[in-house]
Amino acid sequence: MEGNWRGRDVISILDFTREELEELFKHAESMKKSLEEGRVEKKLKGRIIALAFFEPSTRTRLSFETAAKRLGADTIGFSSGFSTSVEKGETIADTIRMLDSYADAIVIRSKYEGSALLAAEIAGKPVINGGDGKQHHPTQAMIDLYTVRELKGRIDGLVYAIVGDLRYGRAATSFILALTRYQPESVIFVSPPQLKPRPEVLMLLEEAGIRYSYARLEDAVEAADVLYVTRIQKERFPDPAEYEKVKGSYRVTRSLLEEKAKRELKVLHPLPRVDEITHDVDDTEWQAYFTQAANGVPVRMALLSLILG
Amino acid sequence: MLVRKIRNGTVIDHVPAGRALLVLRLLGITGKEGYTVAVVMNVESRKLGRKDIVKIENRYLDPGEADKIALIAPTATINIIRDYKVVEKRQVEAPETLTGILECINPTCITRKPREPVIPRFRRVPGERLRYQCVYCGTIIEEEEILRQLTGTQ
Repeated sequence: MEGNWRGRDVISILDFTREELEELFKHAESMKKSLEEGRVEKKLKGRIIALAFFEPSTRTRLSFETAAKRLGADTIGFSSGFSTSVEKGETIADTIRMLDSYADAIVIRSKYEGSALLAAEIAGKPVINGGDGKQHHPTQAMIDLYTVRELKGRIDGLVYAIVGDLRYGRAATSFILALTRYQPESVIFVSPPQLKPRPEVLMLLEEAGIRYSYARLEDAVEAADVLYVTRIQKERFPDPAEYEKVKGSYRVTRSLLEEKAKRELKVLHPLPRVDEITHDVDDTEWQAYFTQAANGVPVRMALLSLILG
Repeated sequence: MLVRKIRNGTVIDHVPAGRALLVLRLLGITGKEGYTVAVVMNVESRKLGRKDIVKIENRYLDPGEADKIALIAPTATINIIRDYKVVEKRQVEAPETLTGILECINPTCITRKPREPVIPRFRRVPGERLRYQCVYCGTIIEEEEILRQLTGTQ
């Protein structure tokens, strides 16, 4: 089974079967255990992982770096296009060609959709998509599913409410796509009309036979087992006044949860958040986003060790 | 209506009514190239109800041109004529993949990044409608956009 992983590119969550994801999650579980016990095997000693972040990142870059270092690997790279020759006019293709000759694997993030696929076509070494524009963020989706599985004991049969920018947000998009590998009870979207999921995403949900609907936040919170919240960016609205009018409709507060939510509801957020989840939710039983952020390390450790092990 | 037979060349039959001029435009035929061209528009057809026909003397299509015709006239048949006889007849077929024919409409697709050495690639979306999906960014291109790109018309 592990033969399917070695040297593999990670471009989209759709590249993975349910069985492969389950295998990854089992590895992540044992990584998490060994992290907690302080006995991580340095399986990647002597390996170099290139972190090519043409776009800024905090969590993804740092958790990949932590994951690599915990496994004994070194990292090289840059964290924004400005500090590289890309700013001087070098193409992404040339930068990737260079990193391919330096490192054993390349993690790439860029604002251009398809940049990770292009990198994978160029590089001989495995390429991991750390986010390409509004399209894919497969490792985030792996972390999200892992967190649901860990906290709810299963991924199938649950009601998922997904809130925020479902059109341009790559984390939300990848999470929706990831659900097509499972059998959720249903998926409820909560978003302004202009930020509904893209047609090609809905097409895949339909093909997978997953029921979905649109609802107001209060109704979605009431029905949900998992509430996946993402940020709505002001700049997505042609008229900023329109944003000011609607932003409150997508804010998850403690009082809303106390009034509507099931006790076992888990609230996820790929972070960073601005004000879409108020801070008074942080110390409730519903909060799962910090667990989710922490899971970034063991899941990425599992992925790196399967690909490079 | 009588249009004389051509001796050698190509007859593109069963073109959806109203698209004959688009087929010519796609083939880069303006009338100044020296080919004898006959265009018959909006005639009755058992198969289509109404159809257009394009006859071009001494001009043959390369496979790339046939693929493009399939995109704007999916019902077309291409007849190769030699010495007044149909020596080959084939139904065009919209290709499963398109490389370098269409441009992605998503401005932040990697294929639109200036100077990036990447050729746009599309996969046909299964179904009745003629739609293609960008391999790189997933954007779906509808038939109207395909027509617009290939013929410069709306």
